[in-house]
Amino acid sequence: MTTQTPETDAPVPAPSPSPRALARQRRRDTAVRFWRQYRTHRAGLAGLAALGFFALLALTAPLTVGPDVQSVTDAPGRPLERPSAAFPFGTDRFGRGVLGLVVWGARVSLLVGLLAAVLSVAIGAVVGITAGHFRGWYATVMMRITDWFLVMPTLVLAIALATVMSRSLGTVVLAIGVTSWPTTARLVRAQTLAVESRPYIERATALGGGHWHIMSRHVLPNVMPLVLAQTTLMISSAILAEATLAFLGLGDPTTVSWGGLLQDAREAGAVSSGHWWYLVPPGIAIAVVALAFTLCGRAVESVLNPKLGVAR
Amino acid sequence: MAAEATPALAEDSGGPRASGPRATGPRATGRRAGRVGSGYPRYVAGKVGGAVVSLLAVLVTSFFLFRLIPGDPVKFMTGGRQVSAEQLAAYRQEFGLDLPLWKQFTNYCGQALTGGLGTSYQFRAPVIDKITEALPNTLLLTGTAFVLYTLLGVWLGARAAWRGGGPGDRFNTGLALTLYSIPSFWLGLLLIIVFAVGMGPIPGLFPTGGMESGGQEGFAYAVDVAHHLVLPVVTLVAVEYGQTLLVTRSALLDEMGGDYLTTARAKGLRDDLVRRRHAVPNAMLPTVTLIFVNLGRTVAGVILVETVFSWPGLGGLFYQALSVPDLPLVQGLFFVFAAAVIVMNTLADLVYPLLDPRVGR
Repeated sequence: MTTQTPETDAPVPAPSPSPRALARQRRRDTAVRFWRQYRTHRAGLAGLAALGFFALLALTAPLTVGPDVQSVTDAPGRPLERPSAAFPFGTDRFGRGVLGLVVWGARVSLLVGLLAAVLSVAIGAVVGITAGHFRGWYATVMMRITDWFLVMPTLVLAIALATVMSRSLGTVVLAIGVTSWPTTARLVRAQTLAVESRPYIERATALGGGHWHIMSRHVLPNVMPLVLAQTTLMISSAILAEATLAFLGLGDPTTVSWGGLLQDAREAGAVSSGHWWYLVPPGIAIAVVALAFTLCGRAVESVLNPKLGVAR
Repeated sequence: MAAEATPALAEDSGGPRASGPRATGPRATGRRAGRVGSGYPRYVAGKVGGAVVSLLAVLVTSFFLFRLIPGDPVKFMTGGRQVSAEQLAAYRQEFGLDLPLWKQFTNYCGQALTGGLGTSYQFRAPVIDKITEALPNTLLLTGTAFVLYTLLGVWLGARAAWRGGGPGDRFNTGLALTLYSIPSFWLGLLLIIVFAVGMGPIPGLFPTGGMESGGQEGFAYAVDVAHHLVLPVVTLVAVEYGQTLLVTRSALLDEMGGDYLTTARAKGLRDDLVRRRHAVPNAMLPTVTLIFVNLGRTVAGVILVETVFSWPGLGGLFYQALSVPDLPLVQGLFFVFAAAVIVMNTLADLVYPLLDPRVGR
């Protein structure tokens, strides 16, 4: 049982490959098959490319623009300059280059979007799986709570939460994550119910598998693709929600984010004075990233469930 | 029996892809064995009861949620001015903040049940008055936008699905997804810059905000309000119609393979008629639920659009109340927004069995 070499592409005449190696092989095959089908979705590929670009931008921001870009004191330009060679997108109300701010803002916007989406989908998955696995009063109570959250206007609730907590990025993540999980919970629960009615779950129970074993070993792997697709779609709405909260002045005032830039622009009177270069770049960045995540999510969804008929 | 049918329906409202397990064989027989006549009234009673419970839960939440705000509400009220201790005490008494929490809560519930929602800190007026003042304006804006984006979404969605995969479908779906990803407030700001402030060769065609120019009556007033309404409505429609389009599209795609469509075509009906009379009505079933459910998103859109266009409605009021923060007003508006969504969802649940006799009987 020492044949755990991951590079067993060709069928090596090993007497009996360990179950672990077999599982790894199977997973790699699935990934390859997934990628082969994903590649046929042009919109999904475009989304992936856009995401790669923005991720690179965000990760290399300390090297390209540096953290000094957000300091209000000794800004390089005069306030509200038009676009020029020195400042391709003009300057903001403090004389900072808008381009640098947008690049730096990508870090906060992407980070908050990712964390909030992961939190939201994690809550949704846990609630969905447990409510699907344990029937009875627990499921009833959980689903009542889910229904209640589902009918609440998400943004209003997020605004309320962000208002009552201190202004920080953690607050924004929490406010978005805690309010947006119910759709995921419903989807995951429906999938869990479908999985649990299959015979191999009965077999696992008969062999003595406990609740934890069944949920983590049998239900979770089957629910995972759905969860993955849901996360991708959720990131897009989380990024929009973050921008909205920041625009309403509920974000972290000490960091630069795309929504915060738009709020700054509005407060500086960029609208009435027609300073479009201050407004356009952050908005386009938000829209492109949100669209890219949506496109990727839809492509993933349609690979996993070809019946959806998503346009390629 | 209505209680059995409920989870199946609720399962469906979870999302476009939520295909929950429906009542299967033995259950369905059990249902058929019951009295068929009492189905709908009992279903209605269940749904309305659920809505009332949700409303009460919202009422309780909105009280306790906003008590969590750190700091002394009286300090917010005075806005940092130097105020004597006696005056602070007087303020506390005026707004009932000197009472213990449980007493405040019972007062609040008592008020709410008699139609009052407390007194606004910043306007020194009953919250309910501020809300009824702003409500018609919001209804005008939301109603216009709602009708327009629903019609546009359903029409374009049906066309896109009918020519599924073609260039028209791809263009429409792509455009809808793009607009769906745009923050509504940003679109609003851009529209103001281009069409209200004026940019380059484009003169300022529309007012930058507000609802009226003032000093007009009768027909001229209506035209003036409509003129102010254009940009906010365009913003809301652009951001919201995509969702309706996508839902209609996928619902219609599900129907496309139906045998009854082949029958309709075999009868010799024109393609257009097959779509309008046979396919779209069936596809409307899931769409109707989602149209109502999406009103929750519209509420969010309204807050932002009203803020950006200084429209004197509930959303703008919410923004003003937040920046103080004016607790009773925020609390009251939170309740109104949540109640609107709950009522709309309940309406959708009630309409659904009338459209689809298989549900709720």
